[in-house]
Amino acid sequence: MRFLEEYRDRRWAQRYARLIARTVTRPWTLMEVCGGQTHAIVRFGIDELLPDEITLVHGPGCPVCVTPVEILDKALYLAAQPGVIFCSFGDMLRVPGSQGDLLRVKAQGADVRIVYSPLDAVRLAQRYPDREVVFFAVGFETTAPANALAVRQAHALGLKNFSLLVAHVLVPPAMEAILRSPANRVQGFLAAGHVCTVMGYEEYRPLARRYRVPIVVTGFEPLDLLQGIYLCVRQLEEERFEVENQYARSVRPKGNREAQRLIREVFEVVPRKWRGMGELPRSGLGLRAPYRQYDAEHKFALYSSGSDEPEDCIAGLVLQGIKKPPDCPAFGTRCTPEHPLGAPMVSSEGACAAYYRYRRRPSEGHGRREEVSASE
Amino acid sequence: MGRLLEGIVSALGGPPLEHRHDGAVLALPLEGGDRAAFTTDSYVVSPLFFPGGDIGKLAVYGTVNDLAMCGARPAYLSVGMILEEGLPWETLERVVESLREAADRAGVYIVTGDTKVVDKGKGDGLFLNTAGLGIVPSGVEVRPSEVRPGDVVLLSGDLGRHGIAILATREGLEFETAIESDCAPLHEPVLRLLAEGVEVHCMRDLTRGGLASALLEIAQSTQLHIEIEETAIPVRPEVQAACELLGLDPLYVANEGRWVTFVPEGEAERALTLLRDYPVSAEACAIGRVLPASEALGGLVTLRTAIGTTRTVDWLSGEQLPRIC
Amino acid sequence: MCLAVPGRIVELQEEGPLARQGRVDFGGLVKTVNLTLVPEARVGDYVLVHVGIAISVVDEREARRVLEFLQQEAPEDLEELRIPEEGG
Repeated sequence: MRFLEEYRDRRWAQRYARLIARTVTRPWTLMEVCGGQTHAIVRFGIDELLPDEITLVHGPGCPVCVTPVEILDKALYLAAQPGVIFCSFGDMLRVPGSQGDLLRVKAQGADVRIVYSPLDAVRLAQRYPDREVVFFAVGFETTAPANALAVRQAHALGLKNFSLLVAHVLVPPAMEAILRSPANRVQGFLAAGHVCTVMGYEEYRPLARRYRVPIVVTGFEPLDLLQGIYLCVRQLEEERFEVENQYARSVRPKGNREAQRLIREVFEVVPRKWRGMGELPRSGLGLRAPYRQYDAEHKFALYSSGSDEPEDCIAGLVLQGIKKPPDCPAFGTRCTPEHPLGAPMVSSEGACAAYYRYRRRPSEGHGRREEVSASE
Repeated sequence: MGRLLEGIVSALGGPPLEHRHDGAVLALPLEGGDRAAFTTDSYVVSPLFFPGGDIGKLAVYGTVNDLAMCGARPAYLSVGMILEEGLPWETLERVVESLREAADRAGVYIVTGDTKVVDKGKGDGLFLNTAGLGIVPSGVEVRPSEVRPGDVVLLSGDLGRHGIAILATREGLEFETAIESDCAPLHEPVLRLLAEGVEVHCMRDLTRGGLASALLEIAQSTQLHIEIEETAIPVRPEVQAACELLGLDPLYVANEGRWVTFVPEGEAERALTLLRDYPVSAEACAIGRVLPASEALGGLVTLRTAIGTTRTVDWLSGEQLPRIC
Repeated sequence: MCLAVPGRIVELQEEGPLARQGRVDFGGLVKTVNLTLVPEARVGDYVLVHVGIAISVVDEREARRVLEFLQQEAPEDLEELRIPEEGG
């Protein structure tokens, strides 16, 4: 596959690794924001190529990890309603609500369907006019244009049986919350390449300046991540704090204007609760008044239960990079991928699940992962 | 009910079914140190019909393959059917026809069976169970405990076709390019290896959970360390592309016509030559080896990635689901 | 958010303002994709597709620069590494 496999070349990867090793002179802590980047790092063993001085902290860029319990509970409630076809991306099926998850509700007979695209949910609504189709609209800015398009299509078709349960979140407020925290250890960021494809990267410049952190917009393939890490580390070594674009083959400084126009038409910025981080002002997207009829919370008169995550779960601290999963008393004992207490243990790119996979790793001279908690 | 069973049984009949008893009485051709192998599996796949196969074909080949993995020549099958009230008769006929065709192709007899009907809503249309009897020749010992450090892991062909074929029938996941299930019987190349005296230590067919699960089961049961090479594992470009789009790892995607064979290093080349003689294993290749147990790595499967790093291959909790992040 | 895969547009189908579609080839697998967000895309272009919708056109020149950059920064590596050719 073109524009994929070239960036997975062994010799180029090793070469980038040597370059990074030559460049570092002291320890640096970097955060990759996006869950897809975490997934690639785990899948390709990228951290094995990095010198010991570099610590990668997995960021909150994954809808699985940050969707709060109360939204999951609303999803579970809607899915269980007779006549509802509840559509969702696969990522959300195992995220625990207060009682169970979507997979369990499905096993109990609810019509829960995994879809690839929100446009498929619109098609379902057309096909089943006497059923209520609800789409679980989670995600960051990357997915917002698709959800906006789905709403516009439903509107153009005059559909009365289609709605979204919206749980959209925005990346810059989350990064700022991390940077503002007194316990923050992150010194440089790999920004989410596909979020920036949509939004551009102008909004990161004030963050880089104010908090004096390099922010490198980075892609998702091994060579992208390695180049992103190199650029970030090079800035840190040179005491520069700028926004750089590694993923220029997809990201333009102003992003995708058409996508942004669509988002602005359908959505507005609202406060949002983040799992483990509490409510952040102006950190999410909600449907604008003209499209309120497509808002499932409005349509089904849902109210917030105020339910919270289990006390044992320190997901919030992990997502901000303040604690590491092995620091959690429930890690690997009460909380495992088979029975997760919190979201970061659910998907393979959740920070806790990623650590869980690494708990026994081949120590061929790269024992860094096994010694992480000790060397803290 | 009697009419239903009559109809099905007459479609599946072979010589032993000519007597309408409650069970089949069989004379097993056991000589000397031959042993009987016995296995069972249930099939609940949805949809019932998918590109490249259906539940009937799966049910026959699945059990035939389980027998083959023990080193047995498959001989007799039973079929149990649980039908949901309201299942169209035509659907049932198609499945029965498929069962018969698959049995013919695999050279096995379906000698006994049962049907039950449950209320609407209590079943997914149709559930099947097949149990199978086979003969393991004297001297053949094929099981995980025979695996030794130094053994080479042979994979019979490319991964992921079945899982993607099933997924692609779902709403919105359709592709223009048709990907068909790799559902197939595996006993012929397996029996050839044994007949030619190749020292086969262990075999495991890949089903749900894919290559990863099959290898993890063996690693766990032997507490040895299995290492595989990502670049050696064949995946068709369309399957690779489908996995990229859906965020799936081909290592965990279901197969129904693939298996792994563990042989001593010295036997690997001969085994591959024999395997490649058969269409179902024409692309057989070596994908890794068994390493001595160590405290850190015993019971684990590791993968050398395309970029030269090494990571552990973990158990999957539940089915792998498409993802967007 | 994250998973977006590159594919080549093999056919454009204009079907209304919100449903500009195209058939996109992902290394041998062809799927219909919504192209509303990339009005500048043409047949032969590569696009990045996220949840069935193209979010950008791949800039092929920038794509090569990931490799060219390494050549610049680390020229002293003796191994001769060839940057993949255009086309194909």
